Amino acid sequence: MSRLSVPRPRLAEPNAGSKWQAEALRDEFPILQRPIRGKGLVYLDNAATTQKPRAVIEALRRFYEELNANVHRGIHYLSEQATQAFEQTRSAVQRFIGARSTREIIFTRGTTESINLVAWSFSRRFLQPGDEILITHMEHHSNIVPWQMVCEERGVVLRTVPLTSEGELNWSAFERLLSSKTKVVSVAHVSNVLGTVNPVREIVRAAHAVGAKVLVDGAQAVPHLPVDVQELDCDFYAFSAHKMYGPTGVGVLYGKEELLEAMPPYQGGGDMIASVSFERTTYNTLPYKFEAGTPNIADIVAFRAAIDFLNRLDMMEVYTQEEKLTKYALTALHEVPGVVIYGRPAHRCGAIAFNLDGIHPHDLGTVLDQEGIAIRTGHHCAQPLMDWLGVAATARASFGVYNTVEDVDRLVAGLYRAREFFHL
Amino acid sequence: MSDLRDLYQEMILDHQRHPRNFCVLPDATRQQEGYNLLCGDRITLYLKLRDNRIENISFQGSGCAISTASASVMTESVKGKTIEEALALFEAFHELVTGQVSPGAGRGPRPSLGKLAVFSGVREFPVRVKCATLAWHTLRAALEGRQETVSTE
Repeated sequence: MSRLSVPRPRLAEPNAGSKWQAEALRDEFPILQRPIRGKGLVYLDNAATTQKPRAVIEALRRFYEELNANVHRGIHYLSEQATQAFEQTRSAVQRFIGARSTREIIFTRGTTESINLVAWSFSRRFLQPGDEILITHMEHHSNIVPWQMVCEERGVVLRTVPLTSEGELNWSAFERLLSSKTKVVSVAHVSNVLGTVNPVREIVRAAHAVGAKVLVDGAQAVPHLPVDVQELDCDFYAFSAHKMYGPTGVGVLYGKEELLEAMPPYQGGGDMIASVSFERTTYNTLPYKFEAGTPNIADIVAFRAAIDFLNRLDMMEVYTQEEKLTKYALTALHEVPGVVIYGRPAHRCGAIAFNLDGIHPHDLGTVLDQEGIAIRTGHHCAQPLMDWLGVAATARASFGVYNTVEDVDRLVAGLYRAREFFHL
Repeated sequence: MSDLRDLYQEMILDHQRHPRNFCVLPDATRQQEGYNLLCGDRITLYLKLRDNRIENISFQGSGCAISTASASVMTESVKGKTIEEALALFEAFHELVTGQVSPGAGRGPRPSLGKLAVFSGVREFPVRVKCATLAWHTLRAALEGRQETVSTE
């Protein structure tokens, strides 16, 4: 192997005055201590799932060792304690996103299930043939397919808002597509590919003006920026615990109480009923009406540790520090010969999608993996967006609170290594 | 980096940069699409079959180095072979890249892999097996006369 051409290291902006240092946070994440292929792990696949701090792992262990029981039914001590811990997470979520009441916080399996819940339940109560649902060209498959299924079943029309060449929502097209026929606007808060932050408050205002309800897919936003659902005034907000340092298998659906009240249950079973006879079943009150069956108790209890962790860091500070790192990464990537970065949104966070000219992203992913660098390659569950970009696949680096300037430098060095390896 | 060189041997990089039989076959008797959902790789395979024999074969498409090189070497390896010989070669290739005998594999002697042996490094990279076998799955579908697009997912 010939000499490696690594770019000259640049000095990062000093983080003086910051509440915390990413470098120091790394100690709280056991997996980041693990060597991968003999090298320190550079984890840049946070948009897929984040790593878990020790507090979350401990909370999960503690639940099973000290609290395990079913919730909302037992008369015994452990069930009471488990129920209390479970409901404490609900309160923590309510405060974290600024909801009015815990009745507006529904636990699901993840963002996908949260969106499906709204798609099916809302459409049964409110949608008629000929009505329209508006999504955007940058949506994740989980904010496309449920609506396609609803449209097919209920004779509703799905419309798509195009993007500008910068990878932002085309606002004039959005306004053109919005009409009194529009009943639902479902939009990502932050694109999982381009990192674009959509102007949700403005979208909600415009949608409400024509009488449409707005669902926000917040999976890629909640881990990166402060979210206040009352300030956004959205009708529904969906996100996943595992993308915000919490356990897998837990999602949240926030919904305005009056809408959730009017919507029929999504699934039938235990916990969602008040009384059952073979003649008639009375549904439980909110939020339990939408939580059929034994929930993912342990992971929901442990999820609270993730929220406590983010509260400690302060979401505004998370946003500020990640913004700096993203800027640093964009500059560093631009300097690598042959790098193409997709999208130039004015307001962005989280993810950077890119390709290295002459190297298929899949090959690039393999080369970086050998260096202990984890990125995502492929279509990122956003094939319509890939078609719009005119590529089959891209590489994607996505950041979390523990990522440092050194991580970015190692990524850049990995790109140079890949160029050399493939004789570019 | 030694593992990487095992995967991306020079011959593979050469076939990726200069794929052989990379064209449309105007007198093809069969045409088959293949698609790898995971990475978006697409291949179109053109075959001219005569008397149970692959008289000519070519491909078009876009994909990673492994899938492009695999398709390229495959076209060289199966040209002139009978359908049965080509399918037996796929079985041998599949064993090479997965390290497992495929269920339903014939008990007869394995055909010689020849140049295909250059893909032995794929075995150490399980996520890349689909890249290496996309062209072959597409070939098998073409030989079996299936119409639908092949997917390696």
